[in-house]
Amino acid sequence: MALLASYSLRNLLARRMTTALTAGGMALVVFVFAAALMLAEGLRSTLVQTGSSGNALVLRKGSKSEIESVVDRNAAALVETSAEIAKAGDGAALAAREVVVLINLAKRGTGEASNVLLRGIGEKSLALRPQVRMVAGRMPRFGSSEICAGEGVARRFKGAGLGETLRFGMREWTVVGIFDAGATGFSSEIWGDADQFMSAFRRGAYTLVLVKLAREDGLAAFRQSLEADPRLQLDVKAESAFYAEQSEMMAKFLRILGMSLTAIFSIGAMIGAMITMHAAVAGRTGEIGTLRALGFPRRSILWAFVLEALLLGLLGGAVGLAAASGLQFFTISTMNFQTFAELAFGFALTPGIGLLSLGFGMGMGLLGGFIPALRAARIKIVDALRAA
Amino acid sequence: MSAPVGQQGSGSGSPAIDIRAVSKSYVRGQQTVPVLKDVSFHISPGEFVALMGPSGSGKSTLLNLIAGIDHVDAGTILVGDTDITTLNESALARWRSRSIGFIFQFYNLIPVLTALENVELPLLLTPLSARERREHATAALALVGLADRMDHRPSELSGGQQQRTAIARAIVTDPDILVADEPTGDLDRVSAGEILDLMAGLNKSLGKTIVMVTHDPRAAERAHLVRSLEKGLLIDSDPADQKDHADPALHP
Repeated sequence: MALLASYSLRNLLARRMTTALTAGGMALVVFVFAAALMLAEGLRSTLVQTGSSGNALVLRKGSKSEIESVVDRNAAALVETSAEIAKAGDGAALAAREVVVLINLAKRGTGEASNVLLRGIGEKSLALRPQVRMVAGRMPRFGSSEICAGEGVARRFKGAGLGETLRFGMREWTVVGIFDAGATGFSSEIWGDADQFMSAFRRGAYTLVLVKLAREDGLAAFRQSLEADPRLQLDVKAESAFYAEQSEMMAKFLRILGMSLTAIFSIGAMIGAMITMHAAVAGRTGEIGTLRALGFPRRSILWAFVLEALLLGLLGGAVGLAAASGLQFFTISTMNFQTFAELAFGFALTPGIGLLSLGFGMGMGLLGGFIPALRAARIKIVDALRAA
Repeated sequence: MSAPVGQQGSGSGSPAIDIRAVSKSYVRGQQTVPVLKDVSFHISPGEFVALMGPSGSGKSTLLNLIAGIDHVDAGTILVGDTDITTLNESALARWRSRSIGFIFQFYNLIPVLTALENVELPLLLTPLSARERREHATAALALVGLADRMDHRPSELSGGQQQRTAIARAIVTDPDILVADEPTGDLDRVSAGEILDLMAGLNKSLGKTIVMVTHDPRAAERAHLVRSLEKGLLIDSDPADQKDHADPALHP
C-alpha cells in the first residue's frame, strides 16, 4: 500500500500553502508542549545532578527542605562518629557540617531583590562535592569573612562578582572566588565558612551534616546506626534523591501549566486541521468516488485520509520540536517554591520528550482528521462521481 | 485473477448481463422521482452496447446499476451467475475490482499520481507484487499507445491521452466488462475517433463486453447494439440500428 501512502503524502505536497499553514499552527502548539516538558525536565535534571551518589544528608526528622532542618552541635558530633562514614586520608570522617541561610540580594540591572541561598560549608565540603570547581580566584579561608559565589549568582547579582563585596549578617563579605558547579543547584549559591555564617546570623545549630558513605550501598546501614541512638531525632537521605525531591512541586507546576496551555491551544490547532482535512475531502470528492468505483473499500479511503492527517500532524510536530530544541541554549532563572531560593536551570530535551511531542502532533492530526476522513469514506459513490 | 493485459483470447469467458425488471427512483425533497421503470434486457458476452436517450432518461443510472456502484429498488441484475443486487457493500467492491473497468467522461485520473501510477492503482487490490503491478501497468499503457508518457501527470497530458490512460486503468485488471459514461463527451473529434477505435479494438481483440452511455451518434455507430431510454423506459430500437455482428466471437 506504499502507493496509497505516497498518494496521501503527495496530496499534502500539492496543497503546499494550506499544508504549511495548518502544520504551522500545530507546530506552535507542539512548541509550547515540548517547551513546558523540557523546562520541567531541565529543573529536574538540575536538581538531580546537584546530589552525588554515595553521599548522604543528615537532617532533622521530617524536614522536606534544607531550610526547615536544624542539627545541633552535639548531634552533629555524634553523627560523625558513625562507622558507616568513609574516612579521609588523615583518618577523619568524610563529613561536613553545613548551614543554609536565605538572604535577599539585588539583581544586577533591574535592582530587583531575590532570594539567594548561602551555604556555610565545612572543610570537607568541597571534597564531598566533586562537581564544584573553582574557575576564578580561590577558595575562601576558613575563619575569615571571605566567600565564593556560584557562576550564576556572580553574573546575576550585584556585589557577587569576583573582588566585590556583599553586606549581610551585619558584616561585609569579600568575594574571593567564583565556582562552577555545572548544571546543578550549587551554581545558584554563595558559599563561605559555616562557623562564620553561624556567628553572623546568630545561629546555634547547623542545618545538616553531609557525609560520604563508606560503601555506595551503605545508606540503610547508616540510617539504622543513627536510628539506634535515642539521642538523635534525624532523617538520613541519599543526597541525589533529596535534591530531586526539591524539584517535584515546581516541575509538577510547570508540567500542569504547560499541559493546560497546550490543551487549550491544541483545540484551536485541531479545528485548523479539521478545516484543512474537510476542505481536502470536499476538493477530492470526485477522486474518492473514482477510487470507490475502482473497488477500493471504505476503509482504504478512511485510511488514506487519516494517514494524510497524521502526516500533517507529524510535520507540525517535527517543526515544533525542532524549534523547541533551540531552547536548549537558553537558561531560565526563577524562584524554586520549595527552597524559596533563586535557581538557574535550562530546557532539557530528552528522547522521551521528543517522541511525546511528535506523538502529540500526530494525535492532533488524527483527532482533527478523523471526522473528515470518516465523511470521505461514507460518501455514496454515485454522488461522489457526480461531483467530479 | 488478472492475466497480463492482452494475453486473454476472445470473449468466450465473458459473462452475459441479464437485467430483469429493474426499477430505481430517487428522492428529491418530498418527491420520489422514478428514474427506471421495470427495465429488462440482455447483453450477450462480448457485445458492444450503446445506451442513448435524452438527459434524465435514466441511461446513466442504468449504467451505474450494471457497474455495481448504485443499488436497485426492485429487480435483479445477473452478471454471469452472480446476482449483484444481493451483494453487500464490500462484496460488491471486490466484485467491481475484478469484473468492471470504468471509463468516465472526465477521465477521473488522480491528479497527484503519474499515468503509470494511475494505471497501477486498481492492481493494489490484487495480490500482485509491486514488480508485477508495474509490469502490468506498463503493458496496459503500451497497449493504448502511451508507452512514452508513463511518468507524466494527468495535467501534462492532452484530453485524448488522459482518456487513453483511463482506458489503460480500466483494462489493467483484465475485467470482462467495460462501462463507459460519455467517453468522448469531453474530446475533440479526432481524439474522440481515436478513443472509439481503441474501445472497438478492445471489444474485438480482447472480447471485452462494453456498455457505453453516449449522446454522440458517431460513438453509437461503433456499437453493435443501440438501446434507447426515455423517461425511465426502454424503448424499442429501430431494427435498422442493430448491427448483425452482435457476437464478435463469430467475427474474430
